[in-house]
Amino acid sequence: MFFQQLINGLTLGSTYALTAVGYTMVFGILELVNFSHGAVYMFGAFVVLMLMTALKLNFMLAFVIGVIITGLLGITIDKICLFPLRKKKAPKVASLISTIGVSIFIQNLVMLVWGSETKNFPLVLNLGSINIGSLKISYLQIIIMMIAVVLMAALTIIIRKTKIGKAMRATAQNMEAAKLMGVNVNFVISFTFFLGASLAAVAGVLVGMYYQSVDPMMGFMAGLKAFAAAVLGGIGVLPGAILGGLIIGVSEILAAGYIHAGFRDAIAFGILIAVLIIRPTGLLGKKVQKKV
Amino acid sequence: MLKLSGVHSYYGNIEALKGIDLEIKEREIVTLIGSNGAGKTTTLKTIVGLLKPKTGQISFNGKDITNVPTPMITKMGICLSPEGRQIFPRMTVRENLEMGAYTRSDKAEIKESYERIYDLFPILLSRNNQQAGTLSGGEQQMLAIGRALMGKPKLLLLDEPSLGLAPMLVETIFELVKEINKQGTTILLVEQNARMALMIADRGYVLETGKIVLCDDAKKLLESDEVRKAYLGE
Repeated sequence: MFFQQLINGLTLGSTYALTAVGYTMVFGILELVNFSHGAVYMFGAFVVLMLMTALKLNFMLAFVIGVIITGLLGITIDKICLFPLRKKKAPKVASLISTIGVSIFIQNLVMLVWGSETKNFPLVLNLGSINIGSLKISYLQIIIMMIAVVLMAALTIIIRKTKIGKAMRATAQNMEAAKLMGVNVNFVISFTFFLGASLAAVAGVLVGMYYQSVDPMMGFMAGLKAFAAAVLGGIGVLPGAILGGLIIGVSEILAAGYIHAGFRDAIAFGILIAVLIIRPTGLLGKKVQKKV
Repeated sequence: MLKLSGVHSYYGNIEALKGIDLEIKEREIVTLIGSNGAGKTTTLKTIVGLLKPKTGQISFNGKDITNVPTPMITKMGICLSPEGRQIFPRMTVRENLEMGAYTRSDKAEIKESYERIYDLFPILLSRNNQQAGTLSGGEQQMLAIGRALMGKPKLLLLDEPSLGLAPMLVETIFELVKEINKQGTTILLVEQNARMALMIADRGYVLETGKIVLCDDAKKLLESDEVRKAYLGE
C-alpha cells in the first residue's frame, strides 16, 4: 500500500517538478512570479489534444508541435505583457498583476474556442502494467517519470554546461554585468520563457494522459502547487524545484490515502508553510552574502 | 580612439553629466578623478551604453557608438570592470572568466587570454573552481579586472579598482594596471584615490558635478595647486 502510494505520488510529483522549474527559472532572472504559468500548462495539454483530434495528427507529432507552440506562447506572453513594463521600469507588482491577467485571458480563450467542459484525453499508450505482488506500476507511470527525469537532466546540462545556460545564470545573478559581458539579455529572457512554457506543456500533456482528461481550469490548482513546489525547494534554485515538486506530489497522495481525500490540497500548502517557517529560503535556497 | 563630445546624461530628471568632452588616444592611461557624485561612474556607464546620453556624441575608432546597445559595444572592444566588482557570485572563478569571453569564438586566442590572466593574477588560478562569491574583496576585484580582460578589450574601463582594498593590495592593483597597459591595452581609470591614479596615468581629467573642470598631463595635475587642495588633501 505505502509503495503503491509512493509510486503514484512520484508520478504526480514529476509533473509538478516539470512545471515548477518554469516558475523558478523566470523568478531567477526577473524576480517575478509568473502566474500565467498554470494557464500555459493547461494550454499545452489542450493544444496537443486538439492537434490530435481536430487535425488527426499522430500523438508523437502532435506532442512535439504542441510543446513548441506552447513554448512560443511563453515568449509571446513576455514580449507583449512583460517586456513593455520592464522597459518602462514599472514596479514588479505591475508585472505580477499582468501575469494574473494573462492567466485569465488564456483560460477564457480556451473556453471560448474549445468549450468549457472537461474533455476526454485519448488513451494513446495503452501498455498495461507491471505487477510485483500487490504493487501495480503502470507503464504510463514509468514513462511519465522517465520523461521527467530525461528532461530534467537535459535542462540541468543546458544550464550548467552550454553557453546559453551560462548566459542564463549570469543574467539571473547580475543582469547589468551580463550585458557588459556581451550577453543579449532579451534573447536570454525569451529563451527562458520558451524553456519554462514548453516544459509546462509537457507536464500538462502527461497529466492529461494520466487522468485521461483535460479541462480549462486544470492549470489553476496545478499551477499553484507547482509554485508552492518551487518556493518549497528554494525559488530560483533548479534542483530545489525538482525536489519540491516530488515532495508535494508524494505528500499529497499520502495525505489522500492515509488521512482523507479532502486533505489532498491542504497538505501541500501546509508543508510549504511549515518548511518556510523553519527555513525561509526554502529547502535548497541559500542567501549569498555580498562582500563590500 | 574614444571621443566624447558634449555628452549630457540624465537619471530621470536629474542631469548627471552636463556636457562632457573627453578624448583617449591609443595606448594611453587616462584617469578621471573627482569627488563622490561628480559623475565618474555615470561617464563610464554612458560610454558602454548602460545609460543613453540625451544629447552629445560618443565615437570609438571613428565609429559613432552613441546609440549602440551594451553587448555590441563590448564586442567592439570596450570592456568595463564595474564599480563594486559585480562578479557572478554563484558561478566559479573559471565560469566568470568564461563569461568575460562571451562574445569571442577564437578558441586558440581565448586560451592565450586565460594564460595571460592567470599570469597576471596567479591567485585566480588557485581559486579556479571556487564560487566567486566566496572570494575575498581583493580577489573579487582581480576577478572583475580579469573578466573584463577576457573580452580582449582595445579599451579597458576600470571603475574604482582600489575601492575598499587594503593599502598593500591597492599598490598591487595599480602595478597591474600599469602592466596591462604596457601589454598594449588602452585604459580609462576612474578613481577616488587621485594621487595613485595620477601617478600611473599619462593624462587626467578632473570632474566636478557633471562637468570637466580641468584636463592636463597627469604630472602637471599632480603639481597643480587646485588639484592638490581639492583632491590630494594638501
